Amino acid sequence: MLEVRNVSKTFGRRQGQQNNALENINLTIDTSEIVSLVGTSGCGKSTLLRIISGLTQPSAGAVRLAGQTVTGPKPPAAMVFQEPRLMPWLSARENIRLALLHQPWRQQERLIDDALAKVGLSKFAAALPKELSGGMAQRVAIARALARKPSVLLLDEPFSALDSFTRQSLQDHLLGLWSALNITMVLVTHDVEEGVVLSDRVVSMQGQPGRIHSISEVTMRRPRRRADSQVQALKETIIDGLDLTASPKVATAEDRR
Amino acid sequence: MSINLTATPSGWGQAGRRRRRPALLRHTQRWLRGLLLPVAGVIIWHILTLVQLFPAHLVPPPLLILTDILELAADGALFTHIAVTGWRVVIGFALGAGCATLLAAIAGYSRHARDYLDPSLQALKAVPSLAWVPIFILWFGIFETSKVTLIAVGVFFPVYLNLLSGIDGTDRKLVEVGRINGLGRVDMVRRILLPATLPAYFTGLRAGLALGWMFVIAAELMGASEGLGFLMLDGQMTGRPSIIIAALVLFAIVGKLSDTAITAVSERLLHWRDDNFSLQEREHA
Repeated sequence: MLEVRNVSKTFGRRQGQQNNALENINLTIDTSEIVSLVGTSGCGKSTLLRIISGLTQPSAGAVRLAGQTVTGPKPPAAMVFQEPRLMPWLSARENIRLALLHQPWRQQERLIDDALAKVGLSKFAAALPKELSGGMAQRVAIARALARKPSVLLLDEPFSALDSFTRQSLQDHLLGLWSALNITMVLVTHDVEEGVVLSDRVVSMQGQPGRIHSISEVTMRRPRRRADSQVQALKETIIDGLDLTASPKVATAEDRR
Repeated sequence: MSINLTATPSGWGQAGRRRRRPALLRHTQRWLRGLLLPVAGVIIWHILTLVQLFPAHLVPPPLLILTDILELAADGALFTHIAVTGWRVVIGFALGAGCATLLAAIAGYSRHARDYLDPSLQALKAVPSLAWVPIFILWFGIFETSKVTLIAVGVFFPVYLNLLSGIDGTDRKLVEVGRINGLGRVDMVRRILLPATLPAYFTGLRAGLALGWMFVIAAELMGASEGLGFLMLDGQMTGRPSIIIAALVLFAIVGKLSDTAITAVSERLLHWRDDNFSLQEREHA
């Protein structure tokens, strides 16, 4: 179980101005649940995900993963970013190995082969990132995140830079892995429809500082289709609930972290 | 609905194979292209001396320079001069680049250490390196130590500055991947930080080497009994411009060779780079 308790985040003062990114966030995510965080840009959803991952520390409150307070990145949680973030000097195989360094060599080799096979890239094990397409690189990134079998997978808009075909296949793929591996997933997305299709709950965030605006349960059976009328209806409800006229603030470098 | 994720990599790594020329031929062609300009220059120079556009005692014909080089080679003096100068550059370069690497690594790794180190080093950088000559001669005498030290000072700054900016410029996003995957200090340095700084480091090493060759001349002009710099001074004293030009040509050759060596190493180590140059290389392959 993943618990977010009273989490607030304030970024450092600049010229006397404080940037409040998050205020008093409370959220409990059950084991093997898929939760999407949606909201207007700058509402702090990525910051919340980074706090859950341990990459960023909250200014107040705490995140607990399986009963333990998160103080830094921990092995049970893996993360996929918006960009593949592959080391350009390492082959696909060696990039995946980065997640497995604490394991014995033979185990590493086996898990890498597994991970590559799962994303359909076994033939590209030796390829450098510059030789991979955007979609392939993102698949390697997903393989890296899943290689050590995390219990929590954090996804920060992982599909946003992909074309719709690759996106669709990766989403299907991820759902397949999810049902096979029983992992908890937290997905940040700006695509509400994507959130509805994939998740058990959609958390919409809003404002500056960001707060949780509403939480919608998605009860439809999987697999869900984007064009499904229920999906569309729920999407409309969530979007209507968000106050899109709220003054959009200019994103700062801090927000993009 | 599912899209086949296991499509075969058709054509991957095969691109352009059809019109690929043998590697040796390609290299020779490029080499010849690079040689075209100097050869043309020598021919024009030769013609100009033939028509006596310049006085022969100031601008000797290329053939005379070649004769001089061959003469020097015949009694072995040529190799001694080259070896002595080369050795000074090698030692000075190793010393300067070594110190620069160490200090840049320390300053790049610890903000605290940088607060102590960097301001002083930046201030020393502002001193024109040749301004050290008098004090080095006073301290280390006119023999090897002062020369090598001067070269080391010249090499130090480009290497230090480039490496430090490389460390600073390391992509935070890649470092985060290391953090999220729980990399230890050693792995973080070995697998992420070191490769990430390598391009900037090689830029620094190349610039440092070029300065090394520059400073060896300064060092040898201030007093030496051997070396290419001495050869030039000797040519000046004895009124033989052909010797001076011969030394210039040798400098160009040796300097270019050393740069080629360092570039070859960097191309091997940085083959993963996805820059415009390597793209062109691949497309012309």
